Amino acid sequence: MPERIMFTMGDIASAEGALSAGCKYFGGYPITPATEIAEWMALRMPEVGGSFVQYEDEIASITSVIGASWTGVKSMTATSGPGVSLMLEAIGLAVMTETPLVLVNIMRGGPSTGQPTRGQQGDVMQAKWGSHGDYQIIALTPASVQEMFDQTVQAFNLSERYRVPVFVLADETVGHMRERLVIPDEKDLKIEYRKLATGDPADFLPFKPDDDLIPPMALLGSKYQFYATGLTHDYRGYPTDKEDVQLELVARLNNKILHNADKIIDLERFMLDDAEIAVVAYGTPSRSARKAIKEAREAGIKAGMLRLKTVWPFPEDALADLASEVKHIIVAEQNFGQVYYMVKAAAAPTPIHLMAKPAGMPQLPHEILDKIREIDSL
Amino acid sequence: MNPAGKHFALQYLREETLQSPFCPGCGNGIITNCFFKAVSDLGHDDLSKFAFVSGIGCGAWIPSPHFRADTLHTTHGRAIAFATGLKFARPELEVVVISGDGDLAAIGGNHLIHAARRNIDLTVICSNNFIYGMTGGQVGPTTFYGDRTSTTPYGNPERPFDLSRLVAAAGANYVARWTTAHPNQAARSMKTALERKGFTFIEMVSQCPTAYGRRAKTGDSTEMLKWFKNLPVRKKGEAIEHTVPTHQGMDLGVFADRHEPEFTEAMEQTFGQLGEIR
Ligand SMILES: Cc1ncc(C[n+]2csc(CCOP(=O)(O)OP(=O)(O)O)c2C)c(N)n1
Ligand code: SF4
Ligand SMILES: [Mg+2]
Repeated sequence: MPERIMFTMGDIASAEGALSAGCKYFGGYPITPATEIAEWMALRMPEVGGSFVQYEDEIASITSVIGASWTGVKSMTATSGPGVSLMLEAIGLAVMTETPLVLVNIMRGGPSTGQPTRGQQGDVMQAKWGSHGDYQIIALTPASVQEMFDQTVQAFNLSERYRVPVFVLADETVGHMRERLVIPDEKDLKIEYRKLATGDPADFLPFKPDDDLIPPMALLGSKYQFYATGLTHDYRGYPTDKEDVQLELVARLNNKILHNADKIIDLERFMLDDAEIAVVAYGTPSRSARKAIKEAREAGIKAGMLRLKTVWPFPEDALADLASEVKHIIVAEQNFGQVYYMVKAAAAPTPIHLMAKPAGMPQLPHEILDKIREIDSL
Repeated sequence: MNPAGKHFALQYLREETLQSPFCPGCGNGIITNCFFKAVSDLGHDDLSKFAFVSGIGCGAWIPSPHFRADTLHTTHGRAIAFATGLKFARPELEVVVISGDGDLAAIGGNHLIHAARRNIDLTVICSNNFIYGMTGGQVGPTTFYGDRTSTTPYGNPERPFDLSRLVAAAGANYVARWTTAHPNQAARSMKTALERKGFTFIEMVSQCPTAYGRRAKTGDSTEMLKWFKNLPVRKKGEAIEHTVPTHQGMDLGVFADRHEPEFTEAMEQTFGQLGEIR
């Protein structure tokens, strides 16, 4: 399709991003503030020859997505806090079976039912640590309607490339705000597809990785008759309680992400080159920070921003570098401090100041400016 | 009106939480009235002998925060499981679950059939508006085949559950289906349900003009009440055959009316003698 321009909301941009990435299966369940993604998919999927199914709950939604993905169909779901909590067990299965899928979490106020129509960034740690066991995951944090599109495309690419579930973690404000969206001509989009198994089915080992730590994927319904399980498995996919197999498998599941962190991590440096005070932010608070920094500059304060477009894997090296460049770091996030602790671990001993706001309204530009002034006067 | 000149239902309500959040024309107010009629007919001046549990959705807002009673407003789909724990710990309480069709029969469907199978002494009142009302009108497990909703813009390809037949088949002691156009029959059935030991289920077909009627083109609340009024009523003792509910073909009345052993009694029978050993 040629380039299209829409004036639309983040949720719909994300759905369009998925369609542009070649997503042909959406399994979902309504929940504010992510419902518009499902509603848009219900309308659009039949048009592109894909399937939309609304399930009886979020557990059925995500497990159906895993089933569909194993046939080679790019698959996704979208939900919010309570729904993510229900999906966590299956996310562990997707990690263990190395199933590509995309999960869009439009973050609302929590804990529990919280404030469904208000935004928050309370699920950052949940995305990383929510399912049991040791694993790595990828999470992208868009801050605009355009990025909801671009980063959903990217989420599919990363999930296909690394055979891992990828989160699009957007706060409610980004999900519901309306802005101009440019959907590029499809020939200008870089679309990736998982590495497929080739060769003789007789000696195929479905979980034997290549040198890049990623096993080529056999598809359900093709000639391979493979076996996949959430149990610890050897190269054949067969369950085992051997210690060496567990160690090798879990190390590989982690390392296939960690060793490629530099290719996954996406950061924006804004007015940082001579900055003395750096704001670290992602999602909606980063929009306020941008304005605050411009105003701080006008007032002669050397402020800048490191904007995280990805939070997992965590950009530890970039934070360590930042700590050596600036005198102070302010972490502004819509929670009581989650990324803050990661920044603290990576950027000590530079003073790290938390600007927490676990409420519906994000930090406003003048509030961040006040904080910058306060730090500047220290 | 009671002697103080107030509507009889107000004695059971936290007046400071009113008005209710329901849309004009919503059926949930009628369900509330039917329930209080049953409570009043049973001679309760207040709700001190009751505990209420609700899930998530418009139907779940019938008791919470409005009823002047101990009330748990829980997670989506799990009200019956919360209520089961509550009932075990305080069996003398009249434990009532009030929630929506999506909450009770989609995400909570498993708990619904298992509670009916156990025949635990709970009363469940389901506000069945054929839709997910609170989230703005998505298809649900009770939406009719062909209905347009926000997630079935080309019509619903799925068939609905017949909730009353489902719960009756799962083993409940008393099951009845009425509508907001049958308030007297509904109040009588609720009274029977509250008196009856074991799992009891009242399906209240209810109009949601906002999230269902608008897209499914069933009209405003008056038109929907007229539709409900014309639904067939079952004859007493009529055999229960499998049917798939349709707009016109959804029968009302009583689907189960029996006195099978209740779960806490069955527990007592199974484990009672162990108490002496302990
Ligand atoms: C785990 C979880 N998933 C989804 C939701 C969003 N949600 C809130 S109410 C609701 C639907 C309620 O439908 P129903 O039970 O039929 O009640 P109604 O509003 O129609 O009375 C949904 C899906 C939620 N709160 N929690
Ligand atoms: S959306 Fe429907 S069920 Fe909810 S309050 Fe409005 S009319 Fe009632
Ligand atoms: Mg409903």
